[in-house]
Amino acid sequence: MATEKYYVPESSPWPLTASIGLFMTAIGGAHFIQQSTMADMEPSFFGKPLFFLGLTWLLIVIALWWRDTIKESVGGLHSNQLGGSYRQGMLWFIFSEVMFFAAFFGAMFYTRWLILPWLSGEGSNAMTHELLWPNFQAMWPLTVTPAGDTTQAMGAWGLPAINTAILLVSSITLTIAHHALLEGKRGTLIAFQAATVVLGIIFLFLQVEEYIHAYTELGLTLDAGIYGSLFFLLTGFHGAHVTIGTIFLFVTLLRVIKGHFDEENNFAWEAGAWYWHFVDVVWLFLFITVYWL
Amino acid sequence: MSTAAATHDDHHDHHHAPTGLKRWLFSTNHKDIGTLYLWFSFAMFLSGGFLAMVIRAELLEPGMQFVDPEFFNQMTTVHGLVMVFGAVMPATVGLANWMIPLMIGAPDMALPRMNNWSFWILPFAFAILIGSVVMSAFGAGNPSAPNFGWTFYAPLSTKYGPASTDLFILSVHMMGISSIMGAINVVVTVFNMRAPGMTLMKMPLFVWTWLITAFLLIAVIPVLAGAVTMMLTDRHFGTSFFDAAGGGDPVLFQHVFWFFGHPEVYIMILPSFGIVSAIIPAFARKPLFGYASMVYATASIALLSFVVWAHHMFTVGMPLAGTLFFMYMTMLISVPTGVKVFNWVATMWRGSMTFELPMKWAIAFVVLFTCGGLSGLMLAITPVDFQYHDTYFVVAHFHYVLVTGAIFSIFAAAYYWLPKWSGIMPNKTLGELHFWNSLISANLLFFPMHFVGLAGMPRRYADYALQFADYNFWISIGGFWFGLSQLLFLAVAVLCALKKGEKAPAKPWEGAEGLEWEVPSPAPFHTYDTPPVVK
Repeated sequence: MATEKYYVPESSPWPLTASIGLFMTAIGGAHFIQQSTMADMEPSFFGKPLFFLGLTWLLIVIALWWRDTIKESVGGLHSNQLGGSYRQGMLWFIFSEVMFFAAFFGAMFYTRWLILPWLSGEGSNAMTHELLWPNFQAMWPLTVTPAGDTTQAMGAWGLPAINTAILLVSSITLTIAHHALLEGKRGTLIAFQAATVVLGIIFLFLQVEEYIHAYTELGLTLDAGIYGSLFFLLTGFHGAHVTIGTIFLFVTLLRVIKGHFDEENNFAWEAGAWYWHFVDVVWLFLFITVYWL
Repeated sequence: MSTAAATHDDHHDHHHAPTGLKRWLFSTNHKDIGTLYLWFSFAMFLSGGFLAMVIRAELLEPGMQFVDPEFFNQMTTVHGLVMVFGAVMPATVGLANWMIPLMIGAPDMALPRMNNWSFWILPFAFAILIGSVVMSAFGAGNPSAPNFGWTFYAPLSTKYGPASTDLFILSVHMMGISSIMGAINVVVTVFNMRAPGMTLMKMPLFVWTWLITAFLLIAVIPVLAGAVTMMLTDRHFGTSFFDAAGGGDPVLFQHVFWFFGHPEVYIMILPSFGIVSAIIPAFARKPLFGYASMVYATASIALLSFVVWAHHMFTVGMPLAGTLFFMYMTMLISVPTGVKVFNWVATMWRGSMTFELPMKWAIAFVVLFTCGGLSGLMLAITPVDFQYHDTYFVVAHFHYVLVTGAIFSIFAAAYYWLPKWSGIMPNKTLGELHFWNSLISANLLFFPMHFVGLAGMPRRYADYALQFADYNFWISIGGFWFGLSQLLFLAVAVLCALKKGEKAPAKPWEGAEGLEWEVPSPAPFHTYDTPPVVK
């Protein structure tokens, strides 16, 4: 190990071009959001096209970037040390994602434990309650807001429970696939990884069903007060992560079929698996704290 | 290019320095990327400084002279944002890029392409932010730039924020992506790329402080991303996070923001501790006093920084138990910080001291940062904070820790390592002028702010009561003086970049320790092709 030469990758145009993509996405996105949500915005032509151009640009650049990386990996250029850097980097990235969700979970507990009791007059807040919203009562899920908007709560034991089961099973199928990868059982690997991808897609499909149910039947929407805000941002960001994880697993499945991985060289595969387990764990917290308790 | 690399059997045949624009745009070299970061941060320092000049021009005399209050608010807001996210943070990332691989005997950062992406996001993110100021000053209809203070409290930034707030939110997201990738790179480099024999407790303290800084970045920048995301959905998608009518709370914004914001202040100052811990032993010609205690103190400060955030919010209303908790935790931070200051002074104690430029800046740092730390201790005391909150006393406090603290240490680092970066000794005459002018003007600028703050002058106003006029006049004079003095550093840096001046030997400072002084000056494009052995 000590005498192994370091690997420093060739310079690359992708970081700069990816930044240009982000730039277009951000400027286009800000204008697109304003034009589509604010009635008094002057109509402007560039927000929407620039946003989608930027997003497409970004996706293409990232694909090309990873294509280079995969070529180098398959070409045997990567050292063991670089593999270690990738693995550690992925773990820290997942930690940053955990902290992103922590912001929203923190907001939820602050709301449930502090804001709502205070708004209903607890602690030193009797006058706030009396003067602003004397009829408000703290409850969770918050189905009647201080301003009087009403909604219904999403139950835990319908679709959400089924989705929990789906994600738990997908974790098991993925682990079976992982063992198959490490033992070189190609057939089992492909079958169980494909099953995991399918379970991911089913989960997303049911999640969309649940949102439709929330919007059309429960009156549970983004603007239904803090319960709707927390419900949709927590489950929505989780759903976005399931989407990314499913794409991730689908790509590594294709790479399995192409024969890119073996018992030793399998960073991308394991990164996808870690990501999937992370998404699973977030869901368990979501199920317990958002749907159930 | 990179695709061609895949066909090379021996990847060492492309280890030549690329030339022209491509060298900088497509770089995977930690030294070049470090240089880009440092120049970028200096450009941002001058831009943010220019906004501060507008503020001080308006406050030179009571009454309204140059700008209207609305534009003044945009100046204070964008000045803070540019200095925090554009000047101080990228400067320390630039130092990390240049120095960490050299210090631990690594050939480069662990993930060099991601490193380049971390950098190149920043100019675009700041183009968006500064673009909104340019539009506000010169654009048709003068659309307002962000005007709610650098802390962008809801509902000023949600219900009442100008249209540019959405651009601001997305530029913060971009800066966050850059910071997280940069921080992951540092952590992985330190954990995975150390030369054989470079055990954790042999690492230079700069590496240690940056490792802990990077951990803080990975932990709290995503929380900032969460905060601005909630702002965006509150603004446009009908959510009620910061709206009590829907069951949310504007104070929730402050909690989420300061959960990021307080570790953020340590993100800005911990690398400075590392810099000063490198420089003081070099010019006192003694090993750093209490190395292990420095490491543990840094880690304690970082951990405590997660449980002190609400000391920024004593006046917004909090249960008494919460107030007391945050007060005592905050005061507890002064213990590890005191350990550090003690250790720096003990390192100098009976040392063979000389006072070259880096040492001058480092000693100024120790004295003036401590001054800022002591006013911080005063602010930590809740009942006292009720009087100080949102006055110029707070402005004095955080400018002492950020300007005479973080920025002075960054200058110390620049004078210390410029010989290594450029192969040229920084011009002594210009450097002395830069130091003395900065030292005197910064104190003229920031010290009287304590007095006007204690006397009740509120921050973030374009005008003030007549009794504050004399102090504000001198504060503004100090401000212009400090601002102009920084052009001297521009001259120093440009001379080094143009290779004008005395050639630097590999180890220009007699007492300096560390691997970085064992490679030639300027450091060759590639160092440590094979790992050095650390005994």
